[in-house]
Amino acid sequence: MSLRGRADGAVFWSSLAIGLLLSVIALPPYLLPFKPFWLALLVVYWSLEAPDRMRLRTAFLLGLAGDLLSGNLIGEQALRLVVIAFIVLRLRARMRFFPMLQQALVVLALLLNDRVVMLMVRAFQGTPAPDWTFWLAPATGTLLWPWLFLLLDVARIRGARAREN
Amino acid sequence: MPNNGNDASPLFADADSSTLGLVGWVVLAVVLMVADHRGRFLDAIRREAAVLAGPVYWLAAAPARASRAAHDLLVDRTTLTEENAQLRERLLLAEARLARLDAVADQNTRLRELLDARTRLGLKAQLGELIDVDLEPFRHRVLLDLGAGEGVAPGQAVMDARGVVGQVVEVLRDRSELILITDPGHAIPVRVARTGLRAIAYGSGEIDALSLPHIPFSAGVRVGDELVTSGIGGGFPAGLPVGTIRSVEPDDSATFVRAIATPAASMARSGEVLVLHDERLRLGADDAAIEFTGPPEALSPGAPTAQETAPPAPAGGAR
Repeated sequence: MSLRGRADGAVFWSSLAIGLLLSVIALPPYLLPFKPFWLALLVVYWSLEAPDRMRLRTAFLLGLAGDLLSGNLIGEQALRLVVIAFIVLRLRARMRFFPMLQQALVVLALLLNDRVVMLMVRAFQGTPAPDWTFWLAPATGTLLWPWLFLLLDVARIRGARAREN
Repeated sequence: MPNNGNDASPLFADADSSTLGLVGWVVLAVVLMVADHRGRFLDAIRREAAVLAGPVYWLAAAPARASRAAHDLLVDRTTLTEENAQLRERLLLAEARLARLDAVADQNTRLRELLDARTRLGLKAQLGELIDVDLEPFRHRVLLDLGAGEGVAPGQAVMDARGVVGQVVEVLRDRSELILITDPGHAIPVRVARTGLRAIAYGSGEIDALSLPHIPFSAGVRVGDELVTSGIGGGFPAGLPVGTIRSVEPDDSATFVRAIATPAASMARSGEVLVLHDERLRLGADDAAIEFTGPPEALSPGAPTAQETAPPAPAGGAR
């Protein structure tokens, strides 16, 4: 585990960097409501697979970076990611052995819960409630989850093999 | 990082994923949010971080840049000629309209001199480009490639060729953040051009709609009415096109109507915009010669003719 853990470093940090980049990348306006919460997906993956890396602290700092990049209220994404990381770290023992479909459903629940947290923050901030398209992004996130999971798994296995050779 | 390596953080050392850890981080996040929302204490941090964010924005905008470049390369000749013809036509129309405006501006100058009016509507504009970066889908904010270095200040109005786009809210060294008039948190004082009724157009959160709640029934607002800025409040210069009324329906109280307007500007994100420098801010400057009256300089190829007829503009005569 520790050997594999060290090999994961490059994949871990580059996935976070790409996630931050994806969260501000330009999309055509009609795709905007579908934009998934990339950082949340990454936090879920790494809390499942490498809980010694993705701790609450990491999730918090990642969220801060996201907030600074997206010009958000500072602390908003940090809060949301910490909540997600906490739930996943708690459910980790069970969730790791779920079949993919069930795992995707858990991710959907997490993302929906995240939207609720976001609404609460927005309500305190005094912004008016968004329309129904607000709830589309969790669906995209769920659909993307299996692919992201596979992609990161493959990247990590490749990384480990490269280290052995 | 092995599991026992977290001794360096004494605060939540063993309790990182415990409930205590969660509470600690959540409280920290809430404190940060409140500090940011209320006190704007974190502006300095934001400004520092913005320097680091520059390259990220550059990278994030790369796909959009590449697709535009590819489009320019691959677009065929006929489309280009067509586009050219269309632009020519529009230029002609715009020039005709400008010529008429010149006459009106001239008349306006004379009338104002008669009235000895102090506030003069001088507009100076600066051309900027929007950066293709999504800040957040539910807040309509965009980045502009002009910053404090180019003399941009918070509160300045921004328009494109058709109408008002938004307002500068935050200025960094080499770029600034705009709030669009369609942002749910934005409001712009407007006037119905036909009747002179003053109202406030709120952003609706949708990219193609402004909402005007609480218009009296008796005001007789109709579908198709043009909205222009009223200039009240000083944020936006008066008379800039804002939008067109798209629908009018009575609200629940049946004493007011709520109208929905389509913004005049194209709110799509990329493209060039004008940042307006409102000359009225220099109040009391009695010697402020009218540099140019009417549409912004950068929009008016026919500007010199206007200045030749206006005596207090020696610069125009020299051209």
